[in-house]
Amino acid sequence: MTELPSSTDRKLGLVIDLDTCVGCHACVISCKGWNTENYGAPLSDQDPYGGDPSGTFLNRVHSFEVKPTPCSSQPDPAAQLIHFPKSCLHCEDAPCVTVCPTGASYKRVEDGIVLVNEDHCIGCGLCAWSCPYGARELDQAAGVMKKCTLCVDRIYNDNLPEEDRIPSCVRTCPAGARHFGDLGDPDSAVSQLVAERGGMDLMPEMGTKPVNKYLPPRPKDEMEGDIDVLAPFLTPVAEEPKGFLGWLDKALEKI
Amino acid sequence: MHPAPSVIVFTTLSGLGFGLLFFLGLGLPAVSGMVAFVFFAIGFALACGGLMASTFHLGHPERAWRALTQWRTSWLSREGVCAVAGLMVMGLYAIGVIFLDQDWRLLGLLGSALSLATVFTTSMIYTQLKTIPRWNMKLTPALFLSFSLAGGALLAGQVTLAIVLLLAAAAVQLAYWKQGDGALAASGTDMGTATGLGERGKVRAFEPPHTGSNYLLREFVHVVGRKHSQKLRVIGFALAFVVPLVLLLLPFHHLIALMAVASHLAGVACSRWLFFAEAEHVVGLYYGKR
Repeated sequence: MTELPSSTDRKLGLVIDLDTCVGCHACVISCKGWNTENYGAPLSDQDPYGGDPSGTFLNRVHSFEVKPTPCSSQPDPAAQLIHFPKSCLHCEDAPCVTVCPTGASYKRVEDGIVLVNEDHCIGCGLCAWSCPYGARELDQAAGVMKKCTLCVDRIYNDNLPEEDRIPSCVRTCPAGARHFGDLGDPDSAVSQLVAERGGMDLMPEMGTKPVNKYLPPRPKDEMEGDIDVLAPFLTPVAEEPKGFLGWLDKALEKI
Repeated sequence: MHPAPSVIVFTTLSGLGFGLLFFLGLGLPAVSGMVAFVFFAIGFALACGGLMASTFHLGHPERAWRALTQWRTSWLSREGVCAVAGLMVMGLYAIGVIFLDQDWRLLGLLGSALSLATVFTTSMIYTQLKTIPRWNMKLTPALFLSFSLAGGALLAGQVTLAIVLLLAAAAVQLAYWKQGDGALAASGTDMGTATGLGERGKVRAFEPPHTGSNYLLREFVHVVGRKHSQKLRVIGFALAFVVPLVLLLLPFHHLIALMAVASHLAGVACSRWLFFAEAEHVVGLYYGKR
């Protein structure tokens, strides 16, 4: 049924630290690797080795530049490069679920994960239209909608060692920029992290109430004075060429 | 948005077809026998042809029947239910009118209501999407309904009604373009809110996730042809409204009526192409494409 549950027992989700993410795309690769050979249809690629490659991904990393607004303490702030991983935010008020005409899209009552039943999906694409975050992609080979499952086939998988029972992207991140947990429990590590760092929602005005939170990057320090200790030693010794080079310089200027 | 031909054909033809069925259900014109057969055949051909075209963009058309199940939350599902119910009721009504010379008034009125409900539910599929501010306006259902009624009156040969409804639809079209052009800016959504970084300063897309294209860019970030949108608006508006209105004011002839319908159909198709091609999905903000 495409009616959303009025509440879920837990709110499993991700917390992504924009201060720590180095933009290595390891989460993208591990996500594609795990999800292409586990839950549902594989994540296909079209023309992968040709001139116009494209494919289905459940997680993509954008990079943005922010030029901070000058203020009295930072009159000339440095531009910041912010790497920005983006996947399904498992919204509490998920518009992708209610628009689904077949009931293939649903939100689980037990943990709040938004999933697609690929045997019922007709591939109309309306759920992708309704998602402001671009979290859903229609697989061009399978003709069904693909989205982040929060690695539902890992987190409850007793066949895996306990440390692997977290989403593939979280397990892989070498920078520790991705955290997984229950955001419905105020005492959980992820909820504490969100409270401490001022975790934020993406496009709150859309009213989707995303479960996933983003931790804002910390402002960069302002460099004061002469930051390069070697600079004084590297200044050119002779400002004006002398002797033969001086004559050559003058001669060339005249031509 | 990517202007998929199947969806443009669907909304254009079935809008016109259900518009005609709406008037036939009201008994306008009051026809029977062979003449009624021709009218209903045109109505059903347009409505069903449009619905068939809409299944072409599905990944799994063989599962399309499942789309009738979620009418409690989904406007797409409601559209399917209304269309099937409307076509069945109008089918029964048509049998009475064509073969039995019976005008089952109540059935006709019910069929008319369902035909109009189908057009309304179609428009709500687009209107409900907050992600596309240009569609998320009260004028969107007004646009679909006024187009359907004007085209239906034209096909049903209701000259006076058609003139009034064409004028009304033309006014709605102009208002839709005017409000739609400012819709994205008025929505308050920009790269700042999309990334949550807007309060820190000016946000600029530095690098996309991949060097190649993807489903999201192809489906939601259509930009080709935008540069011609102003010219297409003039052409579409002239074909859909100005030309048919002029032709309707001339003395009646079947050939002139046919020309008016053809011009209107081409104009509506042009307007519908713009409806999709000009619509900006907010996901484009993540790619710096708005």
